Amino acid sequence: MPTETLSPAEARDLKCLAGMIIPASTAYSVPGADDDLIMADMLQSLGRDFADVRTALANLARLAGGSFASLDPDRRGAVVGDFRAEGGQPLAILTRLVLLCYYRDDRVMRSLNLEPRPPFPKGHVVEQGDWSLLDQVRTRPRFWRDAP
Amino acid sequence: MQEKVDVLIIGSGASGAAVAWSLAETKMRILCLEQGDWVKPTEYPTNGRDWEARQFTDFNASPNRRARPTDYPVNDDNSPIKVLNFNGVGGSTILYAAHFPRLHPSDFRVRTLDGVADDWPVDYKTLEPFFAENDRMMGVSGLAGDPAYPAHQPPMAPLPLGKSGTRFAQALNKLGWHWWPSDTTLATTDYDGRARCINLAHCMYGCAQGAKASTDITYWPAAIRAGVELRTRCRVREITTGENGMATGAIYYDADGAEHFQPAEVVIVACNGVGTPRLLLNSKSERFPNGLANSSGLVGKNLMFHPYAQIYGYAEEPLDGNHGPPLCLWSHEFYETDKSRGFVRGYSYQLGRGIGTITEAISSTAAGRLPWGDDHHAAYRRLMNHRIGMSAICEDLPEEHNRVTLDPVLKDSNGIPSPKIDYTISENSHRMLDHGIARAREILAAAGATDIGVERPILFGGWHLLGTARMGDDPTRSVVNGWGRSHDVKNLFIVDGSIFVTSGGVNPTSTIQALALYIADSIKQRLATLFD
Repeated sequence: MPTETLSPAEARDLKCLAGMIIPASTAYSVPGADDDLIMADMLQSLGRDFADVRTALANLARLAGGSFASLDPDRRGAVVGDFRAEGGQPLAILTRLVLLCYYRDDRVMRSLNLEPRPPFPKGHVVEQGDWSLLDQVRTRPRFWRDAP
Repeated sequence: MQEKVDVLIIGSGASGAAVAWSLAETKMRILCLEQGDWVKPTEYPTNGRDWEARQFTDFNASPNRRARPTDYPVNDDNSPIKVLNFNGVGGSTILYAAHFPRLHPSDFRVRTLDGVADDWPVDYKTLEPFFAENDRMMGVSGLAGDPAYPAHQPPMAPLPLGKSGTRFAQALNKLGWHWWPSDTTLATTDYDGRARCINLAHCMYGCAQGAKASTDITYWPAAIRAGVELRTRCRVREITTGENGMATGAIYYDADGAEHFQPAEVVIVACNGVGTPRLLLNSKSERFPNGLANSSGLVGKNLMFHPYAQIYGYAEEPLDGNHGPPLCLWSHEFYETDKSRGFVRGYSYQLGRGIGTITEAISSTAAGRLPWGDDHHAAYRRLMNHRIGMSAICEDLPEEHNRVTLDPVLKDSNGIPSPKIDYTISENSHRMLDHGIARAREILAAAGATDIGVERPILFGGWHLLGTARMGDDPTRSVVNGWGRSHDVKNLFIVDGSIFVTSGGVNPTSTIQALALYIADSIKQRLATLFD
C-alpha cells in the first residue's frame, strides 16, 4: 500500500491529463485512462514513483498557471503541448504510470483479445514453425575459426 | 567467531554455485556466504496481474532502481551503459534471458589471431568438457550441428521457432546469412526436477514454472545435498589476511547488521565483475595497501560490458507477441574478424519475439510512435503483437580506463563503500555497432518489417560484467593465474566473469560457469600442492 498520496488538486489534474493521453473510445469499446477504476489503480500504484509524478504534476500546474483541470479544453491542449515539449524524466514516469494501469485493466485487455490473467500457471502456446528452413543452414560449411 | 571452514565461497550466483557443487565431492567443509535471500517461485512477477509492472520495481534489473535491502548501490553515472545484476541465491541467473551461447575457440586467442588484447591462458578445447558438464547441470535446450561452433550436443530439443522465428529464418535465408536455434537454459522437456517451459514469456524476470535454469534450482540443491552450507543475508565487507600474506577468512554482516568473522583455509570470490573488484579494493591492509590481489594494479580495470544495439520493426501480420521466450535464435554471421568491415573482432545477433502489452505501450510512447489522444487506440492496435526485434551484442575489448573503483561517498546499508563505474564505448565498438545496426536493418527489411526503431547502446544493458580481475600467466599483467588463483595470495581464487581476458560477442554465463568448473577441477587436481 502506498504511504503517500496526491492531493485532491493533483489527483484532478492527473485524471484530466490521463484522459487526454488515452481518451475513451466507443469504436473500440474501451474506457479512457481517466476512468475511475483505472484512476484508483494509478493512485494505488504510485509507490516509488510518487516524487516524480508529483514533480510532473507541479510542472503541469506551473504551465497552466494553476489548476490544469480547470482550464478550458483549448487551453489544456496548449498547455499539454508545452508540457510534452519540456519533456524530462518526471513526465516519462507519469506517462508510464498511466500506461501501466490502463493496459492491465480487464476491459482494455479484453478489447485487445487478451485474457485478463497472469501468465502463470496457464502459459501460452507457441507454434513450432517451419523447421525445414534450417536445411539451407545445415549445408553450410563450418565457419568458426581454429585457434592455435 | 565462527568455526573455521576449508573453503569459503563468497557469492552464490552462476559461478559460485558451480564451484560449490564441483568441490563438494572432496568432502571438505564448504561454506557459501550470500548477501541476498532465496527467491521463492511464488514471488516471481508472472504469478500476478502486475507482472509487467514489477520489471520497474522490485524485479528491476538495476540495483539502483530495485533497491532491495539486499542490494548495494552502484554509481554508474559516468557510463553510457548501466550496471544490472541480482543479489540473491542464484545471483544474476535469477534475472537473465537464459540465452546460453559459448565463447568461440577464436575468442581465447585474440592476440594470436587478430593482434588485439591478449590471449587467454586457457583455450576452448580445455574448457570443452566443462561446457558439456555445465550444459547437463543447467539443462540446456538447443540443436547440434551449428556451423558456427565446434560440435556439441545440447541435452534438450530447441525452443519452438514460432511465427517470429520463422519470419527471421526466412529473412536470413534470403540474405544467405547464418542463423541457428539458440542454446538456452529453458527446459523444453521436464528435466532433472524442473518442469518444461509453458511459455510464460517473461523469462528475464524469473520463471514461476521453474523451466528457466537459475542456479538456485540447478546447482544449489545438488550442492546442499552433498553437504555444502549456504548462508544467506551475509554481506561480506572484506577478505582478511594474515602475517604470511595468506587469506584468513572474511568479515561479514548478517541480516541484523551484526559483524562476524568467518575463518577459512581457502577463499573463493564469485561476486561478478563489479562486486569482485569492489570486495578486493575494500580489502585493503598494511600489506595490501592498494587492495587485495592487486600488485598488478589491474583490479577493477579493463571492465567490459558488451555494448548492445536493439533494432526492431513492425510486421503487417501479428506475430508471437510476448507469448513465448523472448530469445529463440542467434546469428553468428558477423562474429569472426573480417577487417574489411572496418573493425576487429565481431558481434552476434539475438533474434527475438515481441514484448509485453504494457512494455509495447511504454516503449512506443517514448519513441514517439504511439500518440496521445484520439489516434492512440488505432495506433496501438497496429503495434501490439506486430513487433519483431533483435539485438547486436558487440565484443567489448579491454581498456584500462574502463574501470570499477570505490566511490568516495556512496555506501551500502552496512556502510561498505559502493562501486563507481567509469566507462566509455571505444571507436572499434562504435564501428561494430554501426555495422550491426545497418545489417539488422537489412534483415528486418527482408522480414517485411517497417517503422524501424533503434536503441544504441541499450542504456540499461550492463548485464555482462567482465574483465576486472583478469586471468593470465604474467603477474604484472593479470590478477589470477590460468586456473583462477591469485598471483599474490595463494589461497585466494576468483571464479566469476571478472577473470575474463576478453569478452567475446555473446552472453557469457555459459563460459563463466565452464571456467568455474574448470577452476574447481584444477583445485581438486592440486589439493596436495594447492598453495605452492
